[in-house]
Amino acid sequence: MSEDTKANPSTPPGAEKPGGTSAGTPAAPAKPAAAAPAKPAATTPAQPAKPAAPAKPAGPAPEPWTGPLPDGLKSRFGSAIKEASTYLGQNYLLVERAYAVEVLQILRNEERFDYCVDLTAVHYPKKELQFEIVWILYSFSRNQRMRVKTQIKEGEPAPSVVALWPAANWLERECYDMFGTAFEGHPDLRRILLPDGWKGFPLRKDYSILQQDKEWVQANLGIESGQ
Amino acid sequence: MLQYVSSYLSQPVTPGEAGNYVWATVYVLVVILGVSLVVLSMNWIERKAMAHMQVRLGPMRVGPHGLLQPFADALKLLTKEDILPAEADKLVFWLAPVVVVVTAWTTFLVVPFGRTHAVTDMNIGILFMLGVSSLGVLGIVMAGWASNSHYPLMGSLRSSAQMVSYEVAMGLAIVSAVLMTSLHGAGIYGVTKDVAQGVGTLSMIGIVQAQEAQGTWFIFKFFPLGLIAFVIFAIAMVAETNRAPFDLPEAESELVAGFHTEYSGFRWSLFMLAEYSAMVAVSSIAVALWLGGWLRPLATVHGPAITIPHYWQGGAVDFACSLLPALIFFFLALVCFVAVARMPKLPVFRIQTAGLAVLGALLGLVGLVLLAPPVRDRVQDVFWFAMKVAVFMYLYVWYRATFPRYRFDQLMKVGWKVLLPVGLGVLIVTAILGVLL
Amino acid sequence: MGTGEPRDRERPMTSHVDLDNRTFLDSTELVLNMGPQHPSTHGVLRVILKLDGEKVLGSECVIGYLHRGVEKIAENRTYAMFNPYVDRMDYVAAVSNGLGYCLAIEKLLNTEAPPRAQYIRVILTELNRLASHMLWLGTHALDIGAITPLFYTFRDREEILKIFEKYCGARLTTHAFRIGGCMYETYEGMEQEVLAFCDFVEPKIAEYEQLLTTNRIWVERTRNVGVINGPDCIALGVTGPVLRASGVKWDLRKVQPYSGYDKFEFDIPVGQNGDTYDRYLVRIAEMRQSLRIIRQAVAGLPAGPIMAKIPKILKPPVGEVYVSIEAPKGELGYFVVSDGSTQPYRVRVRPPSFVNLQALDVMVRGQLVADVVAVIGTLDIVLGEVDR
Repeated sequence: MSEDTKANPSTPPGAEKPGGTSAGTPAAPAKPAAAAPAKPAATTPAQPAKPAAPAKPAGPAPEPWTGPLPDGLKSRFGSAIKEASTYLGQNYLLVERAYAVEVLQILRNEERFDYCVDLTAVHYPKKELQFEIVWILYSFSRNQRMRVKTQIKEGEPAPSVVALWPAANWLERECYDMFGTAFEGHPDLRRILLPDGWKGFPLRKDYSILQQDKEWVQANLGIESGQ
Repeated sequence: MLQYVSSYLSQPVTPGEAGNYVWATVYVLVVILGVSLVVLSMNWIERKAMAHMQVRLGPMRVGPHGLLQPFADALKLLTKEDILPAEADKLVFWLAPVVVVVTAWTTFLVVPFGRTHAVTDMNIGILFMLGVSSLGVLGIVMAGWASNSHYPLMGSLRSSAQMVSYEVAMGLAIVSAVLMTSLHGAGIYGVTKDVAQGVGTLSMIGIVQAQEAQGTWFIFKFFPLGLIAFVIFAIAMVAETNRAPFDLPEAESELVAGFHTEYSGFRWSLFMLAEYSAMVAVSSIAVALWLGGWLRPLATVHGPAITIPHYWQGGAVDFACSLLPALIFFFLALVCFVAVARMPKLPVFRIQTAGLAVLGALLGLVGLVLLAPPVRDRVQDVFWFAMKVAVFMYLYVWYRATFPRYRFDQLMKVGWKVLLPVGLGVLIVTAILGVLL
Repeated sequence: MGTGEPRDRERPMTSHVDLDNRTFLDSTELVLNMGPQHPSTHGVLRVILKLDGEKVLGSECVIGYLHRGVEKIAENRTYAMFNPYVDRMDYVAAVSNGLGYCLAIEKLLNTEAPPRAQYIRVILTELNRLASHMLWLGTHALDIGAITPLFYTFRDREEILKIFEKYCGARLTTHAFRIGGCMYETYEGMEQEVLAFCDFVEPKIAEYEQLLTTNRIWVERTRNVGVINGPDCIALGVTGPVLRASGVKWDLRKVQPYSGYDKFEFDIPVGQNGDTYDRYLVRIAEMRQSLRIIRQAVAGLPAGPIMAKIPKILKPPVGEVYVSIEAPKGELGYFVVSDGSTQPYRVRVRPPSFVNLQALDVMVRGQLVADVVAVIGTLDIVLGEVDR
């Protein structure tokens, strides 16, 4: 009843390349120091085959992504491509904001990544470059998916790719709506999911619904919220 | 009194022809009552038949198997608040439903339920019906205009455009049928020339009599021409009455909600009354013109002569057919009693069960009355006419449950680009054949 | 009358509709509002149409009426606690949502569900695809005016919901799967019931086809309505049956199989014109292919465990993954960022309906007002997924 080997689910060649993840990793979070919380609380001594706490092999880690695509980009852009890695078989690039549009253009026009799957952001308030904009791209002809990430400061607009992929129109609007990241060059940047007059950007880590509620109650009812 | 009634009932002409105003009035009232009853029962039949087609039951609570539902609906509509839009043109707003209902009912003056069972027999009967039903379009335009809101206005314009377009196709089909009345030959292709009549007529009774004389219903005449003309009329009449699949102006899932949006309660029920009455009226035209009116199928087949003392003297087939009305009522009574037997045996259902049993008894009683020779003979014509119209009513319900809706431009395209040329073609070929044969 | 005009590549893909207060009689252009409450906008969707008479010049969708902040909620729940929330997005095909999420977290944990769990997942997901397509068919036909197929499809959908209820206790928002596999073993007699259902529903699909496919009015209402071609679909990110009806043979179950789909034989139905009629045919064909997959899955259901060995408290290593599946509506993707704690750092749901709805403007331009309702129906959107 042992777990299966941890290769990726069988994919046709050319899809997400198995990025050399260590085989035979037990299905447990591979944090060496956090072995204790992983043990079930009601430990009975007679539990067979429990992975021993200290000797846990290292879990999956991002591996460098090599190949004609990332190598070509690296040779063209040099250090603007900050990182080209593979994690669990999924390739991604981390690009400097100034060169992001060019990289995306090349990916679309030359490398045939014709489908913009998704476009989103992640907020890291502790970092200096707080927002990480993620583009997930797919190429029909290569049957490959990849991510392109760039990091921007608070208040700095991200580049808009509506001209490259019209699909990005609403996706960028939603990103703006949720994070407040403006997209330079977007034809019609306004809120899409929240009402037009909404204050604040909900998916930011410093946005609290309790705070909004308190403010609203104070403003409209003149009393303390009491939450 | 009874003598007067029975002496009148044995007259060979309609009240209008006899110039008898009292009887004409009586017939008018009977017709209005009958049409209203038909509208009520159409409400029930439509809901039940559509429900059964849609794998559900329909109304079951108001009266046994929902039989009292139409009365409940009528009562509800009568007691609803009468809303008048603020900026509406009050006189026109009030007048519009009246116009529609009056024109719908006026067409029934010439509908031939039997040889003597019509209010009157105008010699321009079919023209009168067509003209008066066209006046109904005026009522629809008035309704849309008086509502003072641009959605009903657009809806009424669409409705009226649709009705006017399909009246052209209807008219052409009707002319084909009228042409056939002037033929001399009997039989389907009219090659045997033994018809004394052969005088073209617009009178409704005259058209049915022409079919009688020619021994064939006009739907079979010059086959397939009669059939094509009938089909054109059958499609056009559905569009004329704004019923599915041509009910875009009334559909809820469209953006324009229709000319009767602003009408509520009794006024709205007048529109519905007019719509169903119009359905019956155009079905009557179809039945009279192509399906032989009050003639029974295979009217020339009489069968061997049999004699039942004090009861029947004549052909066997005729005898069997004459029993049909009574048999149908007996069958309905049987259905009622079977339903009574299947009712759940719970106290809450006692009243419904009792009501259903009473209804069954009443239907059986009517059946018995229909067996009596004087009633039996007088009722034959009306019975066959009613049966044929009932088939059309069922078809209306069937269409509504089955077909998607036509988009408005497609609807107009069908009316003008398909039905009109085909109608013209049928007319021309009928005329040519009529001259040649 | 709604024939697809040749696409001018220089024209922008979207049109912003002017909402200044011009009254009806002031200009030839009319701005019409299909409000959030409307019998045919499948949920709370507001569509603002700019009309010239009957012709649509442009449209704009106003969404967000059903926005519940699912992605924010995810940041405050543990991975397993968030599992029931995903059902509520596309509530019509809840099982697919659950499958996508479980696959994403399993990927993050670098594990895989055992084969038996994978087969059970496939059976339930394909049943759900059938249910979703049936609901789509009923409501789409209702919008176009055929009121009867709705009752037939819902009656047959009841059988699927009964199977779900017997399996996991819920009909609609099933929460059928857990991270690492399935929680519930198949109930007694489930295989037989599923096979019996497949036999039951096959002639029913033929019934729906009988009512609609060759019905002249249906064909006229759906042919050349809402045409969108393949390249436009790809540019707009449209996936699912809409993409396949436009001629692009692409199905994630085939090109990037997950959960054991590579073990089953099934076809990908593809259309040609990219109009509403083709989308209808594609979805009907997909229903039949789903039956095929279900039968194969039930026949080949392996024995074994239904849950992989994962710890009770899930703490995936730091990293991010994007996993997507072929939901009935299109490509449903989950982008999950983990910071090593028990709660996800970011969960992004890539909703197919949201991206497909963008294409409404392109598909509806040049059509008549009565077609707008048909096009909204044919896109098969669920507002729960659009708004999250």
